[in-house]
Order: sequence, then C-alpha cells, then structure tokens
Amino acid sequence: MAGDTDCVIRIRNLVNAFGNQVIHDGVDLDVRRGEVIGIVGGSGAGKSVMLRTVVGLNRPRSGSIEVLGRDVLHMTEEEQRELETHWGVLFQDGALFSSLTVAQNIEVPLKEDLHLPERLMAEIAACKIGMVGLPPEAADKYPAQLSGGMRKRAGLARALALDPEILFLDEPTAGLDPIGAAAFDQLIKDLQSSLGLTVFLVTHDLDSLFAICDRVAVLIDKKMRVATLDEHLRDDHPWIHAYFHGPRGRAARPAEAADRAPAVR
Amino acid sequence: MAAAATILASEERGDTVLRAEGEWLVARAAELDRTLHNLQLPQGRHVTLDLSGVDRLDSAGAWLLLRTEHELAARGNRVEFANLAQRFAPLLEQVRSRGVVEPLPHPIPAHHTFVGFLERLGRITAMLLQRVYDILGFTGLVTVTVMRLFRQPRRLRVIATLVQMEVVGLNAMPIVGLLSFLIGVVMAYQGADQLRRFGAEIYTVNLLGISVLRELGVLLSAIIIAGRSGSAFTAQIGTMQVNEEIDALRTLGLDPVEVLVLPRLFGLGITLPLIVFYADFMGLLGGGLMSWAALGINPPNFFTQLHTAISQSTLWVGVLKAPFFAAIISLVGCYEGLNVTRSAESVGRLTTQSVVESIFFVIVTDAVFSIVFSMLKI
Repeated sequence: MAGDTDCVIRIRNLVNAFGNQVIHDGVDLDVRRGEVIGIVGGSGAGKSVMLRTVVGLNRPRSGSIEVLGRDVLHMTEEEQRELETHWGVLFQDGALFSSLTVAQNIEVPLKEDLHLPERLMAEIAACKIGMVGLPPEAADKYPAQLSGGMRKRAGLARALALDPEILFLDEPTAGLDPIGAAAFDQLIKDLQSSLGLTVFLVTHDLDSLFAICDRVAVLIDKKMRVATLDEHLRDDHPWIHAYFHGPRGRAARPAEAADRAPAVR
Repeated sequence: MAAAATILASEERGDTVLRAEGEWLVARAAELDRTLHNLQLPQGRHVTLDLSGVDRLDSAGAWLLLRTEHELAARGNRVEFANLAQRFAPLLEQVRSRGVVEPLPHPIPAHHTFVGFLERLGRITAMLLQRVYDILGFTGLVTVTVMRLFRQPRRLRVIATLVQMEVVGLNAMPIVGLLSFLIGVVMAYQGADQLRRFGAEIYTVNLLGISVLRELGVLLSAIIIAGRSGSAFTAQIGTMQVNEEIDALRTLGLDPVEVLVLPRLFGLGITLPLIVFYADFMGLLGGGLMSWAALGINPPNFFTQLHTAISQSTLWVGVLKAPFFAAIISLVGCYEGLNVTRSAESVGRLTTQSVVESIFFVIVTDAVFSIVFSMLKI
C-alpha cells in the first residue's frame, strides 16, 4: 500500500513509446482523491495514450502506475477485474455497444458480477439514465438512434453503473455544441461533488478546463507539468503560454482570472 | 463488522421505525432488494427511515432508499428520513432530483400468447414480402444505372471492375478448382458403385459428364462465390455505410450504385461464367481420374464415351446460367450492404442474410431453369 491514501492515482517515471517514437519520457503524476484533473496537450502529445495506459489498455515501456494503492502493471487477472469495478471510463464517442439498447448497455457492468434480479437492474439503469439527464424514453433506444450528445450521456451512465470512485473521461465535450458542452460540464461537476468522484479528464476544451478542473496537467516535451490554472497562466513556456493566452484561451477564461494574469506578467 | 447491509423494522411510541444499516452499495443491492421485498410495509402510519447505521452509500443504495420511501408513501404513510449523515445528503438529493424513483411496472411479454404468435407470423410475412419488393426495386435502380452507362460508356469504372474481377474471380480459382475436382471424384466413385450392379460401369462417364456440366459445376461455383464474395460485398459496403462513407460519396456527387455496385456486378458477371467453365473442367478431370483408377476406363475410352454422352449444348446450358447467378449474388450482396444501419450488429446480421438469400435465390433460379429447359426439350 502506498503511504499517502489521499492519492488515488500515482504515476512514476512512466515511459511510453511506439517503435522508435517516444511519447512519454519519465512522466510523474499524482491525482488526489476527489479532485478533477484536466489533462491537456497538443494533438499527438499522448493524452489519450496516457488515459489508456492508466486503465490498462496500453502497456508502458517502463515506469510504475498505482491506482488506489495497487500496482496496475503487476497484478493478476482477478485483481485487475476487481480494480476495474472501481473506475468507469467514458470513451470519445461513448463506445456504446451498438447491438444493445441504452438500458442494456448500462446493465452490462451490473450483470457481470452482481447477480442482481432483472427488475432491479432495469430500475438501477432507469435511475442512472435520469441522473445523466436523459429522458426515460432513451432507455429502449439503440445507440444509432441517439444524437452525439445523448450517446455521450449514455456512455457516462454506463461508466457510472457501478458507482466507481474514479471516472476517466476522454474528450467528453468534443463534438458537442457550446450549450450541450456547458451542460455536460455542469453534469460532471454535479455528479463529481454528489458522488464524491475523482475525475481524470482528457480534454481540448478550454471552457471545460476553466469550468470544472481543480488542477491541470499539461503534457509537453514528453513530460507532465501539473499546476493549478492560475499557475499555468503565469507559466512562460512558449507552448503553455500560447495555449492559455491564445484567442480561444482568453475567450474561455473567466473574467477575474483574465484580469489577474496580465497584472502578474 | 457491519459489512452486510440490512434494514430492520421496529415500533417506537406508536411510530414505525425502519433502521437501515451497513453498506448500501450496488454490490449489496441484490440482498437488500430481497430484504426490502420481504419487509411488511405498514399502512397509514408515521414511518421514520433511520439512516444512522448506514456506513457507506452509493447511488444504487440511495435509489433503494428512495424507492422504499416511494412505496411507503404510496401506502398512505407519512415518511421522513432521520439521522442522514451530512456526507450522504448531496448524493441522496442528486438521485432524488434527477433519477427516476418510480419502480418499473412488471411488463408481461406479449409473445407467449397465441395472439402474439399470430402477430409475429404476420409481421415476418409482411417483412419477407417487403424484402422481395425492395430487392426488385433495387434491381430496377441498378438496371437504370446500367442503361445510363450505355449512353455514357465513359462512366464505367474500368479499374474498379478489373480489381473486382481479380478479387472475386481469379482469387477464387484455387478453392473452386479443388472442390470441383473432389466433387468429380465423389460423383464418379458413387456412380460407379451403383452402376456396377447392372454391369453398366461405362455409363459412369455419362452420369459424370451430364451432372457436372449441367448442374454441379455452375451450382458449386455459385454457392462458393456467394459465400466468399457475396458476404464480402455486404461487409465492405456495410462497413462503409457505418462510417458514413456512402453518404460522403453522395455529397461528392458520386452515385454509390455506379461506384460500388456496378464494378461488382460486372466483375462477377464476367468472371463467373469463366469460373464455371474452369469448375466444369476440374470436375471432369477429377471424375476421369477416378474412373481410370477405380474402373479402369482409360483416357481414350473416357473421351469416346464422353463424346457420345454430351453435346455442346450440355456445356452451354450450364455456363448460360452463370451470368444470372452472378447478378443475383452481386445484387443481393450489395443491396444488403446498403441496408446496413449504423451498428456493428447489423453488419453481421445482414452479411449472414445476404449469403442465405443469395444461395436461396440461386437454387430457386436453377429450378426455374430446369423447368424451362425441359419444356424447351434441351
């Protein structure tokens, strides 16, 4: 067990490479319990690879990853399965099973281990559908019949089916209209505070970063720089500066942060 | 150890108190659900749901609590929560405000009744008729596109057609050849076994020649190609449909029928007759070798006998059917591919369906040909 129990994900000296191309070269990251951490970086900087590595879909070249105090890279299959019930993952386009209805999608993780009666499963599924803000009729629809935003909400409902402690989100607001994206941010914020979730958020959406993230980890030069937004705004690394002070960054920043940042520089 | 979760009922000063205890988590939901169902719920009383014993709570547990509250209220009780720990309040509030609290009604499956059976029968019949109608419509659409091609021959996609000829024709030669050869061997062997009883071994050659040339060569090739290429047509076009590639074609002003269907139709239409000719040859080769080995009919005798048994028309009757079968396989394969909706499951289902349908139509058409030929005395 790791000594620090308030640290749910602990990454040390992680190296990821595909062939000769090194993606991450010695990344360190601590995610604290109950926080929303945003992972940003340029296209191809390896944000999604990072997420996939933590949830065990991608094996790193070296380094160590501990989730909830357990070593992800050296565990038996049973331990792995047990650990997987403690996290939920929302993939970019929801990754719903296209042959199942929304309710059946949510029931998939419930069915796996719990031996719940059919009716109770249907009731829990209906409850989750309500919690992510989908109308009750969505339960019997197939993913192909839903809009992109609804698919993401349904994917979120599936990720939340087992009431996980950690929620991994891969670009949750990509492809949503600004109103839908803002509503989704609010939904994540609500669920995060009421369910006590730790959220690992990979995103490009500056609005999301400013709206819901407690800390932001920037993947840059194959390393990770973790800080609060205020600190990033003061950082003079050229890429970070361009990212947060570009036209989109300025537009997304809340007023007080925008006032403060130039004063410091 | 308060690991288990439960709920206990007791009476206090005329009020009913339900005391929830332990871990109200989704992992315990099954046993909690059972306990709650066995609980005798009072009517028209004041009920307190005491949550002081709850160690942990997740949304499934919260939902079970709220469902219990709902059921109690439905029986005319006044319900209140007591001793709700501060850390659980937001969760309970979230589930109450967003989650659906009403228990689901028990649905009665309709298909277990006789009326349900009739309904399904009718539905399936209507669906089948609709399919036949749709495939006819698609055939018409393709015909119109082919007609347009006659006026503007430059619109024919030569490269794509050649590629299809290679993929569906040339690449199928090893498997078609091997299977035809083996069928020839089996036919000769079985035929010889029966005919020997009458001392008519030599007629094995007649049997072989007529059955391979008229029926087996063409049917076998068509069935192999339907399984090999008809399924590929559906899967390729279906996957394109899933990725919205077909829609992309349309928006670029390209006609999917012209770009995707016609090369496959022509590629198969040109190569299937050739494949049939080749299958005929391999079937006769296998049968001939077997006759030589098992019956001692040497090649010169074999050819002399074959010459008396068949005429040119025997060969043409078989090969003539090939373009029709080719049209059936490619049209059904492409039609089902274009029918795919945006799900992985529908690609699989329609691929299966495409193979079954094309083999079915091939055999039905073959039967029609037999009747027509016998009326024409060919």
